[in-house]
Amino acid sequence: MRKLTLPLSEADVRSLHVGDPILLSGVMLTGRDTAHTYFLEQLLKEPLPESEADVAAAVKPILRGGAIYHCGPVVKKVDGGHVFVAAGPTTSIREEPYEADVIKHFGLRVVIGKGGMGKKTLAACGEFGAVYLHAIGGAATLIAKTVKKVEGVYKLDFGVPEALWRIRVVDFPGVVTMDSHGQSIHEKVEADSRKALQHLLKV
Amino acid sequence: MPQPLQIDLVDHGVELIRRASTVLPPDVKAALERARAAEAAGSASQQALATILENVAMAEADASPVCQDTGTLIFYVDHPFGYSTAQMMEQLNRATVIASEKAYLRPNAVDSVTGKNSGNNLGLGFPQYHIHEWNKEEIRIRLLLKGGGSENVCAQYSLPDDRIKAGRTLDGVRKAVLDAVCTAQGQGCSPGVIGVCIGGDRGAGYVAAKEQLFRHVDDVNPDPALAGLERQLLAQLNELGIGPMGFGGTTTVFGVKIGALHRLPACFFVSVAYLCWAARRAVMTIANGEVRYDA
Repeated sequence: MRKLTLPLSEADVRSLHVGDPILLSGVMLTGRDTAHTYFLEQLLKEPLPESEADVAAAVKPILRGGAIYHCGPVVKKVDGGHVFVAAGPTTSIREEPYEADVIKHFGLRVVIGKGGMGKKTLAACGEFGAVYLHAIGGAATLIAKTVKKVEGVYKLDFGVPEALWRIRVVDFPGVVTMDSHGQSIHEKVEADSRKALQHLLKV
Repeated sequence: MPQPLQIDLVDHGVELIRRASTVLPPDVKAALERARAAEAAGSASQQALATILENVAMAEADASPVCQDTGTLIFYVDHPFGYSTAQMMEQLNRATVIASEKAYLRPNAVDSVTGKNSGNNLGLGFPQYHIHEWNKEEIRIRLLLKGGGSENVCAQYSLPDDRIKAGRTLDGVRKAVLDAVCTAQGQGCSPGVIGVCIGGDRGAGYVAAKEQLFRHVDDVNPDPALAGLERQLLAQLNELGIGPMGFGGTTTVFGVKIGALHRLPACFFVSVAYLCWAARRAVMTIANGEVRYDA
């Protein structure tokens, strides 16, 4: 299995193809529904709202060449910080309206989640050099064990699941299901299953 | 006056929630093992199931949630004559708060108007209770943790539905379920279990479809017509080839459970409740002052 460490270069990403299992290490950021709305309505705005300057300055270096993880974790408070107890992926398709802009603006290389995304994101992966990494839905305890350190949290007022958690991971497992060459396992499986459905509806 | 409960439900409620969140029922684990054996060796689908099974073992050993989306808590309570249901709900609410503090549950109750998370899984309609009196001497409390990914792909059909050529027959029900599972693709965290209710009004239909999800994977419907439809759908849904996580493969679902309610002459609803592979259910029975837990 191929091991990669964040941040990734465009060449790293272009060498990946659908079906490739990978183990990812480095610092990444969680962000799901509220985070994506927040990016679009605040951080991507020109000029940047002054109230958000600190968060923008903190997240930009993580996301440049980096990874965003669609995840709302179960978090335990411990002395001096937090620990991820359970941290599987959430359904990514809800971020389809926003992700392409987020990839472009921050220079993201990896979008991590489950269930795959649509045409707009696939096109952005091709244009800017990014991949969609499918984590195993529900494998929450196993994935939490790859989160070696919770380095910080932004926007905790969004609630625990929706906050932006800055995490250091080692050997985070996933499969590339959308690559930067226009290929998507999700498109193929959907087309094949639709064909099977049409047959079964006639039986 | 209603009689007080013989047993305080708070601690037992916490234990029920811990079991539901961190230990998958044996029949579900066995179904996932069978699914892993059935996928092509070395495929992404087989690897996904291997990861799932590894995760299930870790969660059980660590008493940590199988899935971080610990979902909506849906309690189905059956009790003998004369008990205070308000007291039951109050105690199970307290159990829910403690289970949230112990990180068996993620804080999941979000105010739909303000967007604020209550932080302890209490809120309007949260947890959800379906409480009925029955003529047995024991109290039975069943808990389903229903995650949001699978909830989003539940679907309700009003037959006839010309789009899928589904009439008001069991064959129309078959077509509706096929369409729902195909539309879900891998988004509901396949392989899943499908609970179905034929009939009822829209609200009762979903409640009954979800209640079907307490049935064990390998049980057989006592109604021969529904048993036949369950068998047929289990085979046909797997012919869709969506597979684990939507990676493609042989196991898209590992159970189909169908019930029915009476309906209005004008209505024919088919409610399809999709449950992810992390089919988290637990049952607690209180009889003669003793508590028993089951899956």
